[in-house]
Amino acid sequence: MLMVIGAVCSFGVALLASRMELLDKEGHPIYLLGRAVWFWPWLIWEIIKAGTDVSKIILSPKLPISPTLINVRASQKSAVGIVTYANSITLTPGTVSVELEDDEITVHAITRDGAEDLAEGHMDRVVSRFEGEGAL
Amino acid sequence: MEMVLDILSWVFLLAGGAFCLIGGLGMLRMPDVYTRLHAVSVIETLGMGGIILGLILQAGFTLVAAKLIIIAALILLTAPVATHALAQAALHAGILPKLDHDKTGGHIAGEDESSNS
Amino acid sequence: MMMFAVATIAVLVTIGMVLARAILGPSLFDRVLAGNTVGSLAVLTLALIGFVTGRPEFLDIGILYTLLNLIGTIAVLRYFKMAEPLNPAQAKD
Repeated sequence: MLMVIGAVCSFGVALLASRMELLDKEGHPIYLLGRAVWFWPWLIWEIIKAGTDVSKIILSPKLPISPTLINVRASQKSAVGIVTYANSITLTPGTVSVELEDDEITVHAITRDGAEDLAEGHMDRVVSRFEGEGAL
Repeated sequence: MEMVLDILSWVFLLAGGAFCLIGGLGMLRMPDVYTRLHAVSVIETLGMGGIILGLILQAGFTLVAAKLIIIAALILLTAPVATHALAQAALHAGILPKLDHDKTGGHIAGEDESSNS
Repeated sequence: MMMFAVATIAVLVTIGMVLARAILGPSLFDRVLAGNTVGSLAVLTLALIGFVTGRPEFLDIGILYTLLNLIGTIAVLRYFKMAEPLNPAQAKD
């Protein structure tokens, strides 16, 4: 019941805001919702794989880390796409995006393999597909 | 049915707790700031996800489950922002990561070559 | 009930480890990172305690705390980005 009232209220506020022409496309990328249905499960699976890898590294007694800095080029066209890519990199354990300018992201990876996987650009292509035709 | 749900939420809660402990251990063992960020991201994704999923299975289809989903979504959205801000601030403060392989060739995005002594 | 208690103990032990890092932490950013992590773990503890005591009101506090955690971290980082380091040798470490 409470949830229904809340949903009605937020819908009403959105309606008012759009009538006052306060909305823009970037703040409310609702056109991405359809593609998010397959993007989020893919991202969660990636996180689980990378997370178990990092856990193994932490638990192994020798601590076999080989920290690497690498520059990655983002092929997304819009700001929303690039931010999605950088956030996906950071959310995946083992890689953290340190610095971002235009379409170049500096990434700190905990192992060399992780950095090379990222440089291959599989995640980049998937995020580009997620961004798709609805780009700004 | 009740039994299956209980066993599943046991599994998820134990996995979440174990990942939290692993992340905490990583916090203590890692050598510098940037590598500790990776240990924290294990806590904030897998540990949090496991525990929240276990709680959702116990709560069933109620308002409590909706609130738990909201908490999980908020943590997943805000954690990378905080992590990125921390890494960027650390880099700008002049703390250089201990590296085995530097593939950037000394060039870091957003910095001039000259300022990179 | 038993399972919530086990998970709560695991989370509390993790908070202890992270606090140890906050005390040991050589640089400022280790401490900020530890503070942020303790915030996230506190949300988990709140949710678990809500289930242990059977009072789901704790979840609302958890939602608020998640948002405040992000804002707090960003605010502290902003502050230290603007401010001069008190002791440059310490900041470099």
